[in-house]
Amino acid sequence: MKSSQENHHVMEYKTLIGILCMLLILTAITIGASMIDLGKLNVWIALFIASSKCSLVVLFFMHLKYENRVIKLSFVVTLFCVAILIGFIFWDIAFR
Amino acid sequence: MTETDSFFETPAPAGYKGIWSWLITMDHKRIALMYLFVILFWFFGALILGLLIRTELMSVGKTIMGAQTYNAMFTLHGVIMIFLFIIPAIPAIFGNFLLPIQIGADDVFFPKLNLLSWYLYILGSIFAISSLFFGGPPDTGWTFYVPFSVSTNTNVSATLMAAFILGMSSMLTGLNFITTIHRMRVKGMRWLQIPLFTWSLYATAWVQLLATPILSITLLLVVFERMFAIGLFDASKGGDPLLYQHLFWMYSHPAVYIMILPGMGVISEIIPVFSRKSIFGYKAIVASSMAIAIAGSLVWAHHMFTSGMSDVAVFVFSLLTFLVAIPSAVKVFSWISTMYKGSIQMTPPLLFSLGFIYLFSVGGLTGLVLGAAGTNIHVHDTHFVVAHFHFVMFGGTGFAFFAALHFWWPKIFGRMYDFKRAYVAATMITIGFIFHYMPMFILGIMGHPRRYYDYMPRFETGNMLAGIGGYILITGIALMFVNLFLSFKNKRDALADPWGGTTLEWSVPSPPPLHNFVSPPEIKDYPYDFSDVVKKFKPGNIT
Repeated sequence: MKSSQENHHVMEYKTLIGILCMLLILTAITIGASMIDLGKLNVWIALFIASSKCSLVVLFFMHLKYENRVIKLSFVVTLFCVAILIGFIFWDIAFR
Repeated sequence: MTETDSFFETPAPAGYKGIWSWLITMDHKRIALMYLFVILFWFFGALILGLLIRTELMSVGKTIMGAQTYNAMFTLHGVIMIFLFIIPAIPAIFGNFLLPIQIGADDVFFPKLNLLSWYLYILGSIFAISSLFFGGPPDTGWTFYVPFSVSTNTNVSATLMAAFILGMSSMLTGLNFITTIHRMRVKGMRWLQIPLFTWSLYATAWVQLLATPILSITLLLVVFERMFAIGLFDASKGGDPLLYQHLFWMYSHPAVYIMILPGMGVISEIIPVFSRKSIFGYKAIVASSMAIAIAGSLVWAHHMFTSGMSDVAVFVFSLLTFLVAIPSAVKVFSWISTMYKGSIQMTPPLLFSLGFIYLFSVGGLTGLVLGAAGTNIHVHDTHFVVAHFHFVMFGGTGFAFFAALHFWWPKIFGRMYDFKRAYVAATMITIGFIFHYMPMFILGIMGHPRRYYDYMPRFETGNMLAGIGGYILITGIALMFVNLFLSFKNKRDALADPWGGTTLEWSVPSPPPLHNFVSPPEIKDYPYDFSDVVKKFKPGNIT
């Protein structure tokens, strides 16, 4: 039987620094995009960039990319729960 | 020291004595008892605060305190009762003690995390009490509604941090329980052989784990608002005050089920034992626990019907609220059906359980009055809500806690208490409870608002009656605890199975040894098979 130590995926520094750079670039784009008035599109752009940054952190810094199916499924279930909770608020906000 | 010595005589880790054998223990039973002592301390404190509030309201105008003190008192009564008593009481005390034993395990999956949860609980309670003495006691009520909680000059930040830390403790306990149930069940115990109390803790643990982070983040946002005035909940800065209420109730309504589900689990254990009959609808009770946990997480906005929410949301959340009544009713139906044609043995735990069924049913049915948007608007933020809430939380969880204390006291301490005094106390508590809270329903319908320091003279009779009921209630509770504590003095040893229970905790000595099971436990096909108990225990031989 393999120990958990053997299964543990070790990330290279090069990859980690690459992800960090991408996060910083995306932050700069967020700030830049907020300075241009695109109407309602501003919110969607900000949300898209934030989601991308989030995905990078979860996939690489939190190792989700290298985890087994159970952990991935748990994460998807959590996202589903959050989506329901946020979605239900729109019964209020969308119809005020 | 032998394998059968009780956990009181066997410190874990070994070699430590006195207070250290408790403060660094990783034994789930010792941690449960440490929770018992601190939770009871807070319970007594919050009871006194509640009694002082009701004493103030017994007559019109100022009686024993000023308006600001009154506001601080009902805030702390709420915060302490909710976060320091009702939420942790049954899971942290009885869950910690019994869950591993009920599934045939030696301990919880993460013993060190279990101890950390206790220390976080202590840290949170220190923050809560410190808010009393530094910067002025908080006056927001336990809901911390914005914009008042952002603008008040009292020390709300400390209380918010207290709730944040206590939430962390609650989450870690939930995580521990889920992992323990998944990974540490004794070989041969399938999911539908798990006792119902453990099932209720499983459903609760998921709510604790998924809902608590929302509250934690929300409370931090209020702290940030107070420190940096970001404007998240400030309409003048593009924020939304109703967003706070959504986020707060997204946790705090499911929290109601964190409070009540373990209580329902306790009742599901007690009723079959003293009916000498298998629980009616085991699978239905399991399914209803999970259904309550899921449906209960989707109804939060029924607390906001008069907040200015959209009509569509009022309609949707009202409809969803009615759905929660179904699994709750399934449980009540199952308990009653279990007793039907059973060989009922009256004991103090059963008496408290019967009180639970009645009071919880009244609380549940008045909940429908509040769940219906039309009637809610009439009684919203009145004493009707206070009465409903206390019928469910005190008449429900509180009575279940008392029932659990009487049911498992002999198991935990190996001492049996006096039955007569327990019956007198249970009767006084029930009568006092009804006198205390029933007038509040009427006051609410008459229009008496909640959280008001003073009121119009026409509400005085109801408030006076409620106050008298409160004193009867407190006397009963005092008698109950005196009776339980006297069991240490009277030294009447309890048997391993004094009641005729069928779940695994009744197969180990009272009190249990450190490693719970000296030999591997025998798993029955069905956890509530009373065929052997009926032969062994003749009617009326429980004393």
